[in-house]
Amino acid sequence: MSLIGTLLGREETRSLTMDQPRPHSLLDQGTQGVIGRPLDRIEGPLKVSGQATYAAEYPTDNLAYGVLVRAPFGSGTIRDVVADAARSVPGVIDVVTDYPTFIRNPQQGGEMKAPTQGVEKVDYHGEIVAIVVADTFEAAREGAALVHVDAQPANGAYVFAAHRDQAETPPPDQIPPTTSQGDVDAAMAAAAVTVDATYTTPSQTSAAMEPHASIAHWQDDGTLVLHGSYQMVASDQSQLAGALGVAKDKVRIISRYVGGGFGSKLGIAPESVAAAVAAKKLGRPVKVAMARQQVFDATVRRSNTEQRIRLGAGPDGRLTAIAHETLATNLPGEDFFEPAGIGTHFAYAADNRLVDHKLVRLNWLLAGSMRAPGEAVGMLALEAAMDELAEKLNLDPIELRRRNEPDQDPEKQVPFSSRQLVPCMEKGAELFGWSDRHAAPASDRRGEWWHGIGMAAAVRSNMLQKSSARVELTPEGRAIVATDMTDIGTGSYTILAQIAAETLGLPLDRVEVQLGDGAAPPSAGSGGSWGAGSAGSSVYLACELLREKLARAMDTAPESMTLKDGRAIADNRAVEIGELVGDGLSALGEIAPGKQEKSFNQASYGAHFAEVKVNAVTGEVRVERMLGVFAAGRILNQKTARSQCLGGMTFGIGAALTEELVHDPRNGKVVNRDLGEYHVPVNADVPQIDVHFLDERDIHANPIHAKGIGELGISGAGAAIANAIYNATGVRVRDYPITCDKLLEGLPG
Amino acid sequence: MKTFDYARADSIADAVAAGGRFIAGGTNLLDLMKLQVETPDKLVDISRLDLNRIEERADGGLTIGALVPNSDLAADPRVIAKYEVLSRALLAGASGQLRNKATTGGNLLQRTRCYYFYDTAAGCNKRAPGSGCEAIGGFNRIHAILGTSDQCIATHPGDMPVAMRALDAVIVTQAPGGDKRRIAIGDFYRLPGDTPEVENVLQPGELITHVELPAPPAGRQLYRKVRDRASYAFALVSVAGVVAMEDGKIASAALAFGGLAHMPWRDPAVEAVLVGQAPSDAAFAAAADALLAGAKGFGTNDFKIPLARRVLTACLKELTR
Repeated sequence: MSLIGTLLGREETRSLTMDQPRPHSLLDQGTQGVIGRPLDRIEGPLKVSGQATYAAEYPTDNLAYGVLVRAPFGSGTIRDVVADAARSVPGVIDVVTDYPTFIRNPQQGGEMKAPTQGVEKVDYHGEIVAIVVADTFEAAREGAALVHVDAQPANGAYVFAAHRDQAETPPPDQIPPTTSQGDVDAAMAAAAVTVDATYTTPSQTSAAMEPHASIAHWQDDGTLVLHGSYQMVASDQSQLAGALGVAKDKVRIISRYVGGGFGSKLGIAPESVAAAVAAKKLGRPVKVAMARQQVFDATVRRSNTEQRIRLGAGPDGRLTAIAHETLATNLPGEDFFEPAGIGTHFAYAADNRLVDHKLVRLNWLLAGSMRAPGEAVGMLALEAAMDELAEKLNLDPIELRRRNEPDQDPEKQVPFSSRQLVPCMEKGAELFGWSDRHAAPASDRRGEWWHGIGMAAAVRSNMLQKSSARVELTPEGRAIVATDMTDIGTGSYTILAQIAAETLGLPLDRVEVQLGDGAAPPSAGSGGSWGAGSAGSSVYLACELLREKLARAMDTAPESMTLKDGRAIADNRAVEIGELVGDGLSALGEIAPGKQEKSFNQASYGAHFAEVKVNAVTGEVRVERMLGVFAAGRILNQKTARSQCLGGMTFGIGAALTEELVHDPRNGKVVNRDLGEYHVPVNADVPQIDVHFLDERDIHANPIHAKGIGELGISGAGAAIANAIYNATGVRVRDYPITCDKLLEGLPG
Repeated sequence: MKTFDYARADSIADAVAAGGRFIAGGTNLLDLMKLQVETPDKLVDISRLDLNRIEERADGGLTIGALVPNSDLAADPRVIAKYEVLSRALLAGASGQLRNKATTGGNLLQRTRCYYFYDTAAGCNKRAPGSGCEAIGGFNRIHAILGTSDQCIATHPGDMPVAMRALDAVIVTQAPGGDKRRIAIGDFYRLPGDTPEVENVLQPGELITHVELPAPPAGRQLYRKVRDRASYAFALVSVAGVVAMEDGKIASAALAFGGLAHMPWRDPAVEAVLVGQAPSDAAFAAAADALLAGAKGFGTNDFKIPLARRVLTACLKELTR
């Protein structure tokens, strides 16, 4: 933490609201040559040698261990938590209940208020209702198994099909549930060729490697320091303070390393509040790491969906109608809906359009954001329907998409800030060998296997969020970047270091990045793929201001000065940067979204290609190879960006083939509660995946010209696999995941 | 996890006298203890016993120590050359790391992966006799279609034991008094019936010391496993087959099945249908009919019936090619 700015009151700050395009970027003029390069993660050696400290790993004096207790029923009211047996276990200190304070549901990302509290009422199987605290983890776990939760059961809604007819329109929040223009029904009736198909996707879980964990430690001054595994520190602090009934500035979350989040750690989960309540009561710090089964039971799922897609086209393949109507699910009182139609707003041109979302209330655990909320499952439906339409039209799937390329946002009638969907498809077709595809399905049998090729488009809206960062230059000629931004495995540490190094002319090893501390300037956090663009821009702006200060110290203009290898060069002089900063220089950078997000449709694009083989006997599907071609503005680090896309495409394999969180029809309980039975793709399921980026700058997005990439890779990836399965077998499975049993009956002999 | 005592056995005699649950690789037991599905008072660590060799016998068969890791057994040149079905079954199971730890004896005793068995909040007659079976009427994609009872529809999850069943392995044990038994694998496992908590004929304290494989069988061998992902998933259906041909006809057939029942399944009627027949679609269909005559689905596992038919047919084609 720098004291410089704070001693002088308001720090020197460079703020930018994106009201105007920013065609000029220092990143195009830097001479350090680190931006964009495929550099290793700067924290990688710490991680692989076990020195990166994750939430549950902070050594803490006098630490007590907490294990959470669940309600083992689907709906009802707690009469009593019977804990005598648990208390008698040697080492158990206390069994803590606090019905009003414990959170019933985790919170959504970015919310500033406390989540739904009050666990006397149980809304889903596995809701966390108590915590057993002991001197050892083992004693706490033994105690937790002895707690009996006595309840008055109530009827619950546990089966989607039984309640789908009671779907309701959610209140408009950030995303309007319904938009329409023209007359879809009339256009469908008049269309030469139509597709009207319903696709379903199941609940999914993020299954991040690191389970949710917190160490709660109340300080003497009444401040809570919580080491947690969270994606959005500033809003999580606000949520936690609200839940605990303390002032916002009395909670400090530290989340330096996060072992995967994928949305499940956007808002606070039950373990943080339970740990804080227990720590307060005991007067000593308490650690809670959720068990894998508890993460599955009581954090957050991606909603299941039922999506009806209607496409109407003329004989030339030009779309006249697009309708995407989604049923999603959530708990009573929770209005987040899986926005499956989010990409459909602007993916293709058509005069008559309808995007609609409705919610079905179920007593299943909270539904919230999981990687690419909306596109991840919406594109499974839309892009499969486009494949169905292409076949009906006897058109190549790429040609169909090309013919429906809009020249501006078809709903909002604003220009695209940048859009390279067609170039992505064309480049992909060339690299993948698309022309070798047999247009007729089930025409490539090799031994016991049917082979096929499919493609799908990827679209993902780009977002900018308010974000700030401090950058300090030390007399040793080093830069220290500090922000409460998190790195959830994406590469935030590295790209922020690259931006500072490039703009300040420093070798990368002279930049230190400090992330995840709520005491640092608040950032956008990691969510919505906005981290690089938002946090990256704040670092950029702080560095821009520091460059001006260095130029003043050099007695020259910033544009006449070159910063390279730790030296400032101007007017035939070269001076060590450390000699220009006195006792140290500090600057704050702040970025905020502005008119550019309304004046332009900002999104990233891509094209997925997949080759699969389907076993003619068993229906087992194996992905043989995949290619993703993406255009997402400036690529800040070719390696970490590629890794993001590989991860997203692997999510696509899971969504297409293996992942399904199953709810018991009798009580809504998650049935497959571990990594043995919730099937994320394993190495053997993931083939050679190639990722190719198209060169792009988006001057409307932010001053670094980068767009979000963390969620682009998943958008459409699974649809390319589904379309390849159809091409291989002629069987169209519209109920994801496409497991072998769904193919068996239709497989050609 | 419940507090437990731990003792390390230095000899087989010590181990069987110690009076506790045996632990070797712990790849299954420790997971179950963490979840309090298993709550032993005492663990007896047998991992240091001298039971980790594979030896050839005079009759041409192999004697496999109970502590031989799955990885070593799968990679043994004699196993690869003469008991291919076993090597392939082992490699189809678990993951590399697990196979390094899992032992031959322990793998025979692997417990079911039924979701409801794993969840102490669920009714499960196997875990808590008398508490019901929530798999019936629940989600039962991975459950049994053969030999079930109204008390339990769990499957045995193993791959290795399926191959051993086709190979007519013999399980050698030692009881606390020192008595040794040789139990044919076909007599080792039990169907759930009214006592699904009893999964085999081992008596309390009885330790598996070895597995004997008879002399290598004649004919072709094969192990085929159908699963929901390419690795690290239990069998939906698996087939271990050994078939010998003579004069264009099936001279002998040994067929064992995983994923279908509470134990590695083998049905003499299936083999009887095949022996003496020339390979044909009709003969294979008759074998599948025999296998599945008593099959019963429970909803989400109904697909296993047609899947088993298809896989058996394909395996027979391959074995009689």
